Amino acid sequence: MAQIHTNTQTTCYHCGEDCQETNITLAGKPFCCEGCKLVYEILNQNNLCEYYDLNNKPGINQRMQVRKDKFAFLEDDGIQQHLVQYKDESQTHVSFYLPQIHCSSCLWLLENLHKLNEGVLRVTVNFSRKTAHIIYLHKITTLRSIAETLTGIGYEPYISLNDIQKEQKPRVNRQLIYQLGVAGFCFGNIMLLSFPEYFSGSAHNTSAMNTMFQYMNLVLALPVFFYSAQAFYKSAWGGLKHGFLNIDVPIVLAIFVTFIRSLAEVAAGHSGYFDSMTGIVFFMLIGRVLQEKTYQGLSFDRDYTSYFPIAVHVIKDGKEVPTSLPEIKVNDTLLIHHQELIPADGIISRGKALIDYSFVTGESAPVQKTVGEIVYAGGRQLEGNIEILTIKEVAQSYLTSLWNRDTFKEPDEKHVSFVHLLSRYFTWVVLLIAVSTSAYWAATDPAKIWPAVTAILIIACPCALLLASSFTNGHILRILSRHKLYLRNAQAIENLANTTHIVFDKTGTLTSKSGAEVRYFGTQLTPLQEMMISSMAAQSTHPLSKAIRNYCSTTSAYTIRDFQEFTGRGICGWANDTFIRMGSAEFTGIHNKEEQDGSVVFVAINEKPVGLFTIRNSYRPGIRNMLEKIRNYFDLSVLSGDNTREAASLRLLMGASATLKFEQQPADKLEYIIGLQKKGAKVLMIGDGLNDAGALKQSDTGISVAESTNNFTPASDGIIEAQQLHLLPHFIQLCRANRKIVIFSFIISLLYNITGLYFAVQGILSPLVAAILMPASSISIIILTFSMSELYGRRLAAKAFSGITDKNHV
Amino acid sequence: MGVIILLLGASLAVALGFLAAFIWSVKHGQFEDDFSPAHRILFDEKKYNGND
Repeated sequence: MAQIHTNTQTTCYHCGEDCQETNITLAGKPFCCEGCKLVYEILNQNNLCEYYDLNNKPGINQRMQVRKDKFAFLEDDGIQQHLVQYKDESQTHVSFYLPQIHCSSCLWLLENLHKLNEGVLRVTVNFSRKTAHIIYLHKITTLRSIAETLTGIGYEPYISLNDIQKEQKPRVNRQLIYQLGVAGFCFGNIMLLSFPEYFSGSAHNTSAMNTMFQYMNLVLALPVFFYSAQAFYKSAWGGLKHGFLNIDVPIVLAIFVTFIRSLAEVAAGHSGYFDSMTGIVFFMLIGRVLQEKTYQGLSFDRDYTSYFPIAVHVIKDGKEVPTSLPEIKVNDTLLIHHQELIPADGIISRGKALIDYSFVTGESAPVQKTVGEIVYAGGRQLEGNIEILTIKEVAQSYLTSLWNRDTFKEPDEKHVSFVHLLSRYFTWVVLLIAVSTSAYWAATDPAKIWPAVTAILIIACPCALLLASSFTNGHILRILSRHKLYLRNAQAIENLANTTHIVFDKTGTLTSKSGAEVRYFGTQLTPLQEMMISSMAAQSTHPLSKAIRNYCSTTSAYTIRDFQEFTGRGICGWANDTFIRMGSAEFTGIHNKEEQDGSVVFVAINEKPVGLFTIRNSYRPGIRNMLEKIRNYFDLSVLSGDNTREAASLRLLMGASATLKFEQQPADKLEYIIGLQKKGAKVLMIGDGLNDAGALKQSDTGISVAESTNNFTPASDGIIEAQQLHLLPHFIQLCRANRKIVIFSFIISLLYNITGLYFAVQGILSPLVAAILMPASSISIIILTFSMSELYGRRLAAKAFSGITDKNHV
Repeated sequence: MGVIILLLGASLAVALGFLAAFIWSVKHGQFEDDFSPAHRILFDEKKYNGND
């Protein structure tokens, strides 16, 4: 009977994860859990197994079961109204956000949803947004049944409070793309029409055809001047209003001067510089589009509304009524199911609560609460159902009040790019050259003032600098996103490069949410005893029990008789004729209690203490190595909402000079960051939970850590995938390289400018020279920045993969 | 001379046509999801006999 687990390498046919239990198979295919097997069964019955042919093991792990009537609220008309986009007599259109979408198999399966749910007419997946647009016949099927079908195949719709209060912003700036298209069209045609000019010299300038070409160029330049270049006007005007010469000011100046001089040239029967002007606008717009690349699947501005559910069950006259969150009043009785979020502050009126506040406060151990005690919004109920009496409305609860702080509403104007600072000097130098040149020509040959000065302003346009910075930034953003660090914008690269102090959150950031490190100390357990302990632990949903259950490598189980669970103390029961107690020291009758790191579960067999389990959060792989690398270069801090029980191991990890702070409330974290900034530190904050939201927002760069199991990330400047966190030093290095590349390209572009200025100050800059010099400098700058950033990116990848030697957990 | 003007008109008309097509495609969201259409076209209806 005693099976001893042998370490096999079977992976789940559905999701590709290691199978812990080897007995779950169907049609010869191994599965890691019943959930995955169930999905396979559904797909197999409906001839949808092509899902598994398109990609190898494309599924999403189904170990976490979804509560059966979780989507009951979708039957409520009021809630439906918020979600439905269009409805007529027969059809309904709705869009669901399905964060699990990740490969072409998902796409295929979801678009074949009509085979699983009869009423579905058509599904269109938007892969980059991870949404599915569903058209269904509401006479045949319901919204709830569609949501349940989706959940059944592993794509649980993510419906949050945010869906009610949504203000749909277009995620892509289409205006910029139209401007780019128009500029490209005009630039290409002007180039074409300028060719006779380039090749014939000035001999035929008087011919009627050339005159016509010049006027056509003028007409084609108008949309560029008045429409495409608007983006630069706005930014330059914005800068001037704040009394700041940003990089767009000299560019706008150059565009204006080029346009006006070209108008004058055309009027005088010469060709203008329209080709140069439109070309520059076109290239700069490309740079801007690249730099403003949006990650459509990600959102950097999430607040608590994306974390909260859309509806909750309110008990009215003994019946459960699904109610949308904003309609919850004080003194309503809410029914909180197993694994549900508590949406409003309240008092427990029935049931015993075990609440996981880790996302809200950073406290990793769940908190026990009994009837009469206050629970705060944002916690997750772990054990069974409870009822609470609300004492505050959702919008006024402790958690939401965090968001309503004034400091979070201030626009982010505190950072100024070094490119803008450079351009300020640049502008003054150019103006100085222009003034002295005009002074010189005024003394010698006044006729040359106009051509010389305008030529200077045209040629000295810092477009190469702008191109260098926007193309480099755009490319660095792409390289980082290849390594799963998604930064909100180019400014974040620069802030990251300037970091002097790194602040980490502990729970969920340094430690992983899912994994717990379990160790056993005491009398060696026989396989039979281990099996008993495992079976006992399996009876309880307490996280510690689960961790112990996973730690025990046995697969078969005993039937437990007379199982009892004592909240906050432990569990006990009979396995055959052996009585087992697991829990606190008092509960198991242990008196010589030693202080241990992490949580401790004592075990007594037949009332005789045999040993203890210690359960600690496990640190993410590679974290120790990463911290060792960075602690020589940066000041480090850890702000943990947790208690001090892991202080010793954390100290070892962070080094002697790091600041460790425990039991930090969200407001404390925010204050700490402000304190650092007052001392002149540039702070990089890395956190994951709502409790870090304030600190993330306040810090110079806030990066939130995303685990695939949790698709909510608080508002931040960047999102990093958890398993990539150990690459942080490399990322910072790359961001620093960004600055070097921009400065280097700037020097190159200065050389071009000096060459051009040499001609310009003498008043002999011909349109041909300008037409060659400007695109040539632009294109060479683009190639230079692209290849340099690519080179740095490759080096990062090479270093990163040679650097992971420390695979073990700390 | 006359023929060049004719050609010029023709080439501008073609270019304008492309510009219009580009604007139309942006307006209809063709640049918003570059993954799904490319993969959707590769799926074909296969007959399965129940358990593959």
